[in-house]
Amino acid sequence: MDFLTLCLVSLLKGALVLFLVMLPGAIISVYSERRVAAFIQQRLGPNRVGPFGLMQAFADVAKLIFKEDVVPAEANKFFHSLAPLIACTTTLALFAVIPFADYVMINGTRIDIAVAPNINLAVLYILAVSSVAVYGITFAGWSSGNKYSLLGALRASAQMISYELTLGSSLIGIIMMTGSMNLGDIVYAQANLKWNIFYQPLGFLIFLVASFAETNRAPFDLVEAEPELVGGYHTEYAGMKFGLFMLVEFVHTIIAPCIIVTLFLGGWQIPVPTFILNAIGIYDGSIPMVLLQLASFLVKVLAMMFFFIWVRWSLPRFRYDQLMNLGWKVMLPLSLVNIIITAIVVYFTK
Amino acid sequence: MANINTNTRAQKMTFWEKIYLPEIAKGLSLTFKQIFEPKITRSYPEERFEPTGSYRGRPVLVLEEEGERCVACGLCSRVCPALAIEVQAGETLTRDKERYPEKFEINMLRCIFCGFCEEVCPEEAIVMSKDYEMVYQNREDAILGKDKLLVPVAQLQDRLEYLRTHQYYEPKAA
Repeated sequence: MDFLTLCLVSLLKGALVLFLVMLPGAIISVYSERRVAAFIQQRLGPNRVGPFGLMQAFADVAKLIFKEDVVPAEANKFFHSLAPLIACTTTLALFAVIPFADYVMINGTRIDIAVAPNINLAVLYILAVSSVAVYGITFAGWSSGNKYSLLGALRASAQMISYELTLGSSLIGIIMMTGSMNLGDIVYAQANLKWNIFYQPLGFLIFLVASFAETNRAPFDLVEAEPELVGGYHTEYAGMKFGLFMLVEFVHTIIAPCIIVTLFLGGWQIPVPTFILNAIGIYDGSIPMVLLQLASFLVKVLAMMFFFIWVRWSLPRFRYDQLMNLGWKVMLPLSLVNIIITAIVVYFTK
Repeated sequence: MANINTNTRAQKMTFWEKIYLPEIAKGLSLTFKQIFEPKITRSYPEERFEPTGSYRGRPVLVLEEEGERCVACGLCSRVCPALAIEVQAGETLTRDKERYPEKFEINMLRCIFCGFCEEVCPEEAIVMSKDYEMVYQNREDAILGKDKLLVPVAQLQDRLEYLRTHQYYEPKAA
């Protein structure tokens, strides 16, 4: 494939991911968040707009679009508008490296089912891009000219920076085991149910908790602790700018499960031995195989999403000092222990 | 000084409580069970709330077969803390009832559903109904005249029964 076709194919895949994965994903995430929350609280949740209330998200977005965009007089206009864009872009950019399925052969050309497949530093890319997201929140809080926004933003940046360290070091175990930072290779290495969660349970736990903190979700949602900070960094946002922040929040509940599934739960690997699939006539690179892999990935992501929502509606919020204690005194040392144990095991077994 | 930085609740926790995870698992299992519990939400327009006789809804005038009970004494209007009731009396030709309300208006924007009018009424002519659906398109519509206030006595049996069993005042000699 020459360079131009590669570019076009990537562009096409990017557009497809945007319209087939992210937007429906955000809608599913909004809907499931509200419905699961309601069910946990013995309510019914939104069930009026469309069948089973499925159109609720569209109604909400339509409402937000028609809202007046209020910018406070104290706000720094430029950064106030820039902040939601940064938050949105960095979150959406994370999808680029996620392998949704293996590959499909079309007319002898191999097409990987990922926007930017086989990037050799994909893990690093995820960590780097997700840490840029803190700029969106900081700008939003600082430029609003509101003390609650600023406090929310400060908390967010402190929290994200402390947990980023843990997030990164909990992945070193996987990288050592696989010998690669390529997400494709990491998924290949998890074939035949050799999922990383079974080999790195501690790493999985640390990564899970750190990603809760990184996505600012409960029980670590100090950023928008309503009783203390009104709405946190997006107190002063209205209309579609607020909508973008909400979108980011809901895309977070898809992207974090996507990353966890890819790294720890076998990605698109189907938990069925390959020879059985071959016996019923499904081979690598064929369209049924890709559909099966997509389904497998989707099921795992949805299960993980449910877990995220479930945790949010079960656990109370951490206090700020508890959060910092947990981050620096527990999670970080544990992740270092994990690295050492993994290093010793890898050294003696490989 | 020694007590300042101690957290006794944290010190009393056992090891398993301190590592959070078993407790988190307990909490999660509790919330997971709630998903399968019956829902307490009432789907309102389809499933209505049917109040009991003790419910204080929209105040209405009792209409009997021979006419309204109200004798236009004006006590309800007098006692109303929100000044929602306006009564204008007229004379009747019958001997057992000398006055009747020519005009009886309750402004539902003012009414606070306290039930004082019902309590003060010597004729049990104004009672609180079970009606809780009060939607008006404009302010004029919210001022209810006699045409909207008069309700046949048969529909108000629950409330009248309740008033008889929970009297505020000595019942009239039968």
